[in-house]
Amino acid sequence: MGRWIPLWLPGETSHARAVDVLLVGLLISTLLVLTLLFYLLLRFAIHYRAGNVAANRDHRIRKSWYLEATWTVATMVAFLVLFVWGARLYLNLYDVPKDALPIYIVAKQWMWQAQHVGGQREINEVHVPVGRTVRLIMSSKDVIHSFFIPAFRVKHDVLPGRAEGIWFEPERAGVFHLFCAEYCGTDHSRMMGRIVVMSQPAFEQWLARQDTDGTLAAQGEKLFRQFGCSGCHTAGAAVRAPLLDGLYGKAVPLADGTMETADERYLRDSILQPRSQIAAGYEPLMPSFAGRISEGELIAIVAYIKSLGATGRQP
Amino acid sequence: MSDAPSYLTADNRLRSWFLTTDHKRVAILYFATITLFFFVGGAAATVIRLELMTPQGDLVTSDVYNRMFTMHGVVMVWFFLIPSIPATLGNFVVPLMIGARDLAFPRLNLLSWYLFLIGGLTTLYAVFVGGIDTGWTFYTPFSTMYSNSHVVLAVTGVFIAGFSSILTGLNFIVTIHRLRAPGLTWYRLPLFLWSLYATAVILVLATPVLAMTLLLVALDRFAGIGIFDPAKGGDPLLFQHLFWFYSHPAVYIMILPGMGVVSELISCFSRKPIFGYKFVAWSAIAIAVAGFFVWGHHMFVSGQSVFAGLVFSFMSFIVAVPSAIKVFNWTATLHKGWIRFDAPMLYALAFIGLFTTGGLTGLFLACLAYDVYVTDTYFVVAHFHYIMVGGMVTAYFGGLHYWWPKITGRMYPEYWARAAAILIFFGFNMTFFPQFVLGVLGMPRRYHVYLPEFQVWHVMSSFGASILAVAYLLPLLYLGWSLFFGRRAPANPWGATGLEWQTPSPPPTYNFETTPSVTRRPYDYSVSGQAHAQNA
Repeated sequence: MGRWIPLWLPGETSHARAVDVLLVGLLISTLLVLTLLFYLLLRFAIHYRAGNVAANRDHRIRKSWYLEATWTVATMVAFLVLFVWGARLYLNLYDVPKDALPIYIVAKQWMWQAQHVGGQREINEVHVPVGRTVRLIMSSKDVIHSFFIPAFRVKHDVLPGRAEGIWFEPERAGVFHLFCAEYCGTDHSRMMGRIVVMSQPAFEQWLARQDTDGTLAAQGEKLFRQFGCSGCHTAGAAVRAPLLDGLYGKAVPLADGTMETADERYLRDSILQPRSQIAAGYEPLMPSFAGRISEGELIAIVAYIKSLGATGRQP
Repeated sequence: MSDAPSYLTADNRLRSWFLTTDHKRVAILYFATITLFFFVGGAAATVIRLELMTPQGDLVTSDVYNRMFTMHGVVMVWFFLIPSIPATLGNFVVPLMIGARDLAFPRLNLLSWYLFLIGGLTTLYAVFVGGIDTGWTFYTPFSTMYSNSHVVLAVTGVFIAGFSSILTGLNFIVTIHRLRAPGLTWYRLPLFLWSLYATAVILVLATPVLAMTLLLVALDRFAGIGIFDPAKGGDPLLFQHLFWFYSHPAVYIMILPGMGVVSELISCFSRKPIFGYKFVAWSAIAIAVAGFFVWGHHMFVSGQSVFAGLVFSFMSFIVAVPSAIKVFNWTATLHKGWIRFDAPMLYALAFIGLFTTGGLTGLFLACLAYDVYVTDTYFVVAHFHYIMVGGMVTAYFGGLHYWWPKITGRMYPEYWARAAAILIFFGFNMTFFPQFVLGVLGMPRRYHVYLPEFQVWHVMSSFGASILAVAYLLPLLYLGWSLFFGRRAPANPWGATGLEWQTPSPPPTYNFETTPSVTRRPYDYSVSGQAHAQNA
């Protein structure tokens, strides 16, 4: 029957299976309540129907607060359990494991573009290796989209002007659906793609087969010069600007006294809206690059700055 | 009883209808208007369900499909559900239930109908000149920068109708505070009035935020102020916060009046005082207050902060508690009752089952990790139709049948009405239950074309929808018939206790010859069906 009338979509990651257990928990509590309710409705409706003189009736108003208190407290306790359960799994989604493999996603009406660290690009397909945590860094060129892989039970909106991330760890090779889940215009329903999960060696071979214009970081380095970033952000430049070597992942003290971790989102925001986060000790001189730099260029430059790790350059 | 002419026959000139300040006539004007909009919205739903019979887009183009679901949402939410019970049944029975001659501001009441009509016609005009394709949620920056459809026109219609909501809300609040009959204390108010009071508070506090938000959308589209445009330093998520700050409370605008109607029906047809009156009354207020702090549960995957996600999830569980309290109290009311199964009661029982199913599946969506999976899928579509259609529309039909004799002075044909109620219940479940399954299988909403594996559930849903469509047409026919050929209704056909039943059906223009004085709590039913009127 499963073939003709699909009833279930198997979860393909450990997170997906944890979400499915949560579903079982939700279903059991729901069915318990509904069964009890429908039993009582049916029983009362039949037994106390008008004309059934056999039923024992008594209309005196009784104190009802203990009943009220019981069902209110019971409901709250059950809700609290479900809240904590769902919240713990949700926090999991935002706790990205170390050493995740970054892949950059750019959404536009009506396609998904993916770019790997090595510079490989693909459209409406994302190739990923088995057994490795994959972290997607996603942004949109136009409207809000939403990146949704049902088999992995993950979904996140993709916004213009912002980098949003999700992660997953595929466990077996296979091809899984990718949908756009946020309505984005005419061909929203055709904005579909495939997540192709391959064994590690097959993935390496696939990467090697693709044409690239150099790694993402190498492309970024070129752009870093083209956009004039290097005029200020290098040692000995005429204008004093923060040096970017070893910046990625560090805590940066800001002029307003707060600290901010220099992650992808911080780097993007600093390029697009430099005045919003001024590094402590520097003049707010940098112009905004919003509108002058494309999503793809931004990704490459961020990848380049990331590559300027503390221990020297790495791809 | 007096020989004064009823409000229907008092003055038959057209002018006297369109310039009336009689709350009962304004209710009739609203009733005619929202019935029209109900069938307009229903026509759009029909196109949607027909298109989804097959996975390919073979009936209409994607652009037409997108305009259909947008029109369905906009019309049903703002031009049917929000005014449905308050502006028709509420308008008609609020003054009658509190022993008043009219609402506090009768001319404001007429103005709110005109604003509603102008707003509705503006939106319909937007549909006829090409439609709007943003979805009823108008998400930016799609609505502000990318949509080529008539966004500003449609938004203007909703904006105008919003003022009608605010005026109705104001009118109800002042009326319930100031015009209660002598002896009618707050704890003697029928629960329908507690519900409408809570609804009115939300209408007054939340609707201005919608108006402001829609104004910003229009300004962004016209003048490019860029408040939602990230390239100009704006934030598209700001729109979602503002929109849901109105639209989540609006969900309670759309369900609280239904809960009020059901409290009346359950008590009347089980011939018993409502169980836990104060708990049911205050739970309406609790829903109205807590409902203002849950909007972020529409945005768990939008990129709002994780902390905000936790707070909104927690609050969403909290707001479900008073709803649960109501369901338990209604069920307890049936215990030891003398239960009659007239059509209004069938609707009330259907409401309890469908609303509870909708509410419990709401917990799935309040639950963070599960929401990440099923948000923006058919699960959400199924969930809110169980609340809005299974809940509110069912309660609306229940209330309509219950007060029909009072409104028209005629009885409706009971067997037809029962048949329609049962048909609606089955047609509804067959339409929307398959959509829960589609959601759990991962099918996103607002999809014109879809993968073939989902087809079987869509076919089931469309089949159910055709039953539902017939079931919704039935009341139009037999209620229309009863207007002319129905048995004349007595003043109090259900033997109910409320003040509205102590005046003739249909009531005279001034409702009561002498202002009644209230001596009893509501729902004073005794064993085997005796009832004591509130003013007896």
